Amino acid sequence: MTSAVTDTHDNHDDHGPAKGLTRWLYTTNHKDIGTMYLIFSLIMFFVGGSMALVIRSELFSPGLQFVHPEFFNQMTTMHALVMVFGAVMPAFVGLANWMIPMMIGAPDMALPRMNNWSFWILPVAFGILISTLFMPGGAPASGWTMYPPLVLQTGDAFPFLIFSVHLMGLSSIMGAINIIVTILNMRAPDMWLLKMPMFVWTWLITAYLLIAVMPVLAGAVTMLLTDQFFGTSFFLAAGGGDPVMFQHIFWFFGHPEVYIMILPAFGVVSEIIPTFSRKPLFGHDSMVYAASAIAFLSFIVWAHHMFTVGMPLSGQLFFMFATMLIAVPTGVKIFNWVGTMWRGAMTFETPMLFSLAFVFLFTIGGFSGLMLAIAPADIQYHDTYFVVAHFHYVLVPGSIFALMAAAYYWLPKWTGHMYNEAAGKLHFWTSTIFVNLTFFPMHFLGLAGMPRRIPDYSTQFADFNWMASVGAIGFGLSQLIFVYVLLTAKKGAKATDRVWEMPRGLEWTVPSPAPYHTFDTPPKARVAQESFE
Amino acid sequence: MNTQMIRKSLLSLLGLGCAGAANADWALNMPRGITDLSAETYDLHMLVFWVCVWIGVAVFGVMIWSLIKHRKAAGAKAATFSHSTTAEVIWTAIPCVILLLMAVPAAETMIKLEDSRNPDVSIVVTGYQWKWHYKYQDEGVEFYSSLAMPSVKARFKESGIDPFSVENYLLEVDRPLVVPKGKKVRLLLTSNDVIHSWWVPELAIKRDAIPGIINEAWFRAEEAGTFRGQCAELCGKDHGYMPIVIEVVEADAYQAWVATRTKGDAQLAQMETQP
Repeated sequence: MTSAVTDTHDNHDDHGPAKGLTRWLYTTNHKDIGTMYLIFSLIMFFVGGSMALVIRSELFSPGLQFVHPEFFNQMTTMHALVMVFGAVMPAFVGLANWMIPMMIGAPDMALPRMNNWSFWILPVAFGILISTLFMPGGAPASGWTMYPPLVLQTGDAFPFLIFSVHLMGLSSIMGAINIIVTILNMRAPDMWLLKMPMFVWTWLITAYLLIAVMPVLAGAVTMLLTDQFFGTSFFLAAGGGDPVMFQHIFWFFGHPEVYIMILPAFGVVSEIIPTFSRKPLFGHDSMVYAASAIAFLSFIVWAHHMFTVGMPLSGQLFFMFATMLIAVPTGVKIFNWVGTMWRGAMTFETPMLFSLAFVFLFTIGGFSGLMLAIAPADIQYHDTYFVVAHFHYVLVPGSIFALMAAAYYWLPKWTGHMYNEAAGKLHFWTSTIFVNLTFFPMHFLGLAGMPRRIPDYSTQFADFNWMASVGAIGFGLSQLIFVYVLLTAKKGAKATDRVWEMPRGLEWTVPSPAPYHTFDTPPKARVAQESFE
Repeated sequence: MNTQMIRKSLLSLLGLGCAGAANADWALNMPRGITDLSAETYDLHMLVFWVCVWIGVAVFGVMIWSLIKHRKAAGAKAATFSHSTTAEVIWTAIPCVILLLMAVPAAETMIKLEDSRNPDVSIVVTGYQWKWHYKYQDEGVEFYSSLAMPSVKARFKESGIDPFSVENYLLEVDRPLVVPKGKKVRLLLTSNDVIHSWWVPELAIKRDAIPGIINEAWFRAEEAGTFRGQCAELCGKDHGYMPIVIEVVEADAYQAWVATRTKGDAQLAQMETQP
């Protein structure tokens, strides 16, 4: 509440944000930057989604109808890069920007100027990446994993790919540093670490993962750059290098990256389910330990992406056992969410619906993950549509659904108005039906023997492919409902400060919409917490 | 799409189409394959699958029960508990036990998969953009294996050829790999350019062909017939157009095949080894 603001010095509440474009260009305000991150990621979601629809249109039936194989490969590569680095990651950083200061009772992020910088790098990075579509030789077409030697066959786009990955990494590292410093230094004085909301906790862990692995990715792509232009042979067998070493380095980044995209989603769902179950989160502390365990394990399982490269038997066994272990803390999280719902008094507003679908469908992705962990079986699954089904289940009804849930959950706090609940529910049901129609048949395709990343396929795969394509188009169109909800977000009824019946956390103690500056003086987190119970 | 296909599609979506062998062109599941190890792999796959199904039934069952019973609309009053050490210990311990039970057979199969000692036939498999080269080490037979002509003609945009009219569209080659039934065949895989991956689902073998590295894989086919696979590692624009076809034949037929390959028209053999 603004009544908490008592000193007049440095009180900016009397003037709002600057007007016009400069507000957004120069802003150091966590809410403005959060908004920009979220809008940017939504735009990238549609850019990457359009690429997915090019892919699914071509795969609608056997034979080539729309694109050439080389362009198809550019689409699969760009779709992944745009979705991973442009949509999912910035969306979670946007949520972190908006919510973390408000959840821990801080006035802003700890490093506001760097915050501005870490956002504005992103449009530049993606401008560069997307411009490669128009370069001689086309966009990168070697898959987002950028395996050499294939990636070295990229045309003029190659250095631009490397440079844009460097920029994305820079942006992520700066964002992560900012989040860690904010959480560790700017909490309300009586908010102990283990009293922090789960979203803050999962982001703290995620931020450490980012700092640990983004430099590894930067190193890997820099070695590609020097192999290509400066005569080194890190990954070139002819010069004594090892192409497999790139895969080890890449996946040492890549596997923690997977958790970077899912841990904040766990945090979001852990905020929403208690609110709509009207019950505290079950096992808060074990959730923290589970997330930490997942983060630790993420560093020792990378080679489960590489069971077919010919590792020594002992290596394969180690990575199989380590990977299987991840099921334990992940299971704890899922059981805790069910425990939260158990004997609650649930209502099913849109954020809750998306969170429940998250728990169901992420679990299905987790099951296929457990199947993939079994190395001999993985040899059959590897690089097939079974894997495509698996990671889309954890990313789309996983990360993306959590993002949607978060948007609906906090939208009234951001805009000061209730969104259109009917449209939200329609968005939920169409998304859920079509996401399953898209990705469930892919399990069958993969088991039946369809490799991933192919522009055309044998006729026996035709039926499931058209189903998946219909689902993809439906899912894409469903997202337009979300745009409608956003465009009409300010037309609904005025939102109260608490918005929902039983939310927990400091963000619900400030007015809706949240004022431009919140918590100029630290709140009493403990008192606020108890007032809810 | 004809109505029968649509009906089949709907049935399979409901999980009712899992009849299996009746729909030979309509595979839903991993093939059992033609080697002991492919069968073991299949069994492992099914074991984990059923473990997942039962965990799913339990977890989703509790969740759905809760969603029905613990609705505010149904008059539920929220409890206030927020942890239970007993429950948490149980649901940490049980998964550990289940994992252990799955890890043992998985490790056993893994150890067998890696034992490529004492082969009867050794074949060097080299990946090229975008075809395979096979060289039988002791028999002196070698040849390239590329996408068969009917598929090549049909694969291009606006080719005017319906893929459904091409037999084994994209899964047929000009010269298949021929191996003897019941003999241990060792593959030595490498690549001439980028990374490829040699995959035949019926053999449960997928092994990367990497430039500068020689990988090993082995199989002992217990069933004669023609089996098909594809390159599984993205290798450039025609990654989708380098299939693998393997013919498993009786031992004497294999010897006869080797004889024709080695004693045949020298000029033809010369031509065939040209890229």
